[in-house]
Amino acid sequence: MFNIPTHSFYMMIFVVILLVTGSLIRWRLQVKNPQTDYLELKQRIQSWWWMIGILFGILLAPTTISIIFFALLSFLALKEFFSIMPTRQADRRILLWAYLAIPLQYYWVASNWYGMFLIFIPIYVFLFLPMRAVFIGETKGFIRSLGTIHWAVMLSVLCVSHIAYLLQLPVKNEQAGALGLVLFLIFITQFNDVCQYIWGKTLGKHKIIPKVSPKKTWEGFIGGVITVTLISGFVAPYLTPLTMVQGFVAGTLIAISGFVGDVVISSVKRDLAIKDSGTLIPGHGGLLDRIDSLIYTAPLFFHFLYYLHY
Amino acid sequence: MNRFLKILFFALLVKPMVLLGLGLNVFFKAKLPKQGPAIVVANHNSHLDTLVLMSLYPLSQIHKIRPVAAADYFLKNKLLAWFSLNIIGIIPMQRKHIRDTSVLFAQCHRALDDGDILLLFPEGSRGKPEQLSDLKRGVHHLIKSRETLKVVPVMMHGLGKALPKGEMIFVPFNCDVVVGDAIPFNSDAKCYIDSVSDALTLLLTLCMTRQSVVKDDLE
Repeated sequence: MFNIPTHSFYMMIFVVILLVTGSLIRWRLQVKNPQTDYLELKQRIQSWWWMIGILFGILLAPTTISIIFFALLSFLALKEFFSIMPTRQADRRILLWAYLAIPLQYYWVASNWYGMFLIFIPIYVFLFLPMRAVFIGETKGFIRSLGTIHWAVMLSVLCVSHIAYLLQLPVKNEQAGALGLVLFLIFITQFNDVCQYIWGKTLGKHKIIPKVSPKKTWEGFIGGVITVTLISGFVAPYLTPLTMVQGFVAGTLIAISGFVGDVVISSVKRDLAIKDSGTLIPGHGGLLDRIDSLIYTAPLFFHFLYYLHY
Repeated sequence: MNRFLKILFFALLVKPMVLLGLGLNVFFKAKLPKQGPAIVVANHNSHLDTLVLMSLYPLSQIHKIRPVAAADYFLKNKLLAWFSLNIIGIIPMQRKHIRDTSVLFAQCHRALDDGDILLLFPEGSRGKPEQLSDLKRGVHHLIKSRETLKVVPVMMHGLGKALPKGEMIFVPFNCDVVVGDAIPFNSDAKCYIDSVSDALTLLLTLCMTRQSVVKDDLE
């Protein structure tokens, strides 16, 4: 159908069934307890429909359009970072140059220039931005500003662009196609968020890092890692070139790094004393609140896969 | 014709720019006055302030939103004057040589009588980026004969970084727009202005981007 590789098509159907189930459960909750206000849950599920709808639409579109979409995602993420993090008035032009890194980085992705894609931000942008700042001439707060800016570019441009590059890798699992890799990464990452949440809610007792994220527990973390590792092992051969054993390892990698991404962004927000990074996604908060784990899982999964199969 | 151009300008340029180039965190939008006559008092750090506030309203209503703006700045040449008066729909205000307040506010009163919503920036000027200057008392002159008029405070934060005074280059930032409760009438001008100032300062604490400002020597 629509020329979608069969395995990826079934995966999409499966995700839609999950969403329908979620919507039905919320609807039944509302009918059973008419007094309770489920507005936030309703918004969350509605936003999930939007996000999944947009993602699937983008993945089915020609690759160039998918790449432009991920560039837009990087832009929105970087903008959110720059809007909440302290930067000086003198940094405005440096921030503008940082934004310009996005079209270039995604151009390397679109033109399949792997070497440049890897080094552009950690070397060229890294060396260029301080030089530009020197010509502005404001030295007060120089170190902090430049450190912050480069860190934000690494997370929201370099890390996120790895998702787009998955689409450029030669197809090795014909039945899943290039989009199978992206579906796998995003599904397992989000599934991990949900698993850690559910395990934490049901069994959680011992806090992992109470100063950063008081709700995160060892039980939630370990439960999540085990569940995700198992599921990933069974899904990986279906959607990616990975074998089952490699799938187990990929699952563990995604579960642990997803957790780390989550708490890293939490630390940023805690430092700034804000609850959410924005209001882009109703019921979820900002874009960074949603893709925090993906920022960490995307490059790690990419290089794990690349090392083994490309 | 001008109304058509105005709708085109907001639909094709302002709204998409505000959505993508800026990105707004709007809090308590429901508190904005939906119908005039009413006044919105906001802080002022950027030319974008006016456009952002107007973009919160539907296109069908945009001609009812009237920013009160400095005549010496916005009417200084013919092209800018045409654009300000017809596309934005400003009410020009003389900042200097004020003798007769009834003449000064005549156009504002006429607009309020027509059921328009006035946008006022009581700081009088955009000032330094992301800082609230002392408020002028003009608002009070305007409302002292209209005790029941709804005056709603709006705090915006981040626009002074996106396009501050004296800068030509726009840099994308998410900006906060926080709408507060209507300010109760007070016949004493100083008390009234103080309560506007307090309301704006309180709204600032709700801004997500409030931590993003670092003082530097360029100011």
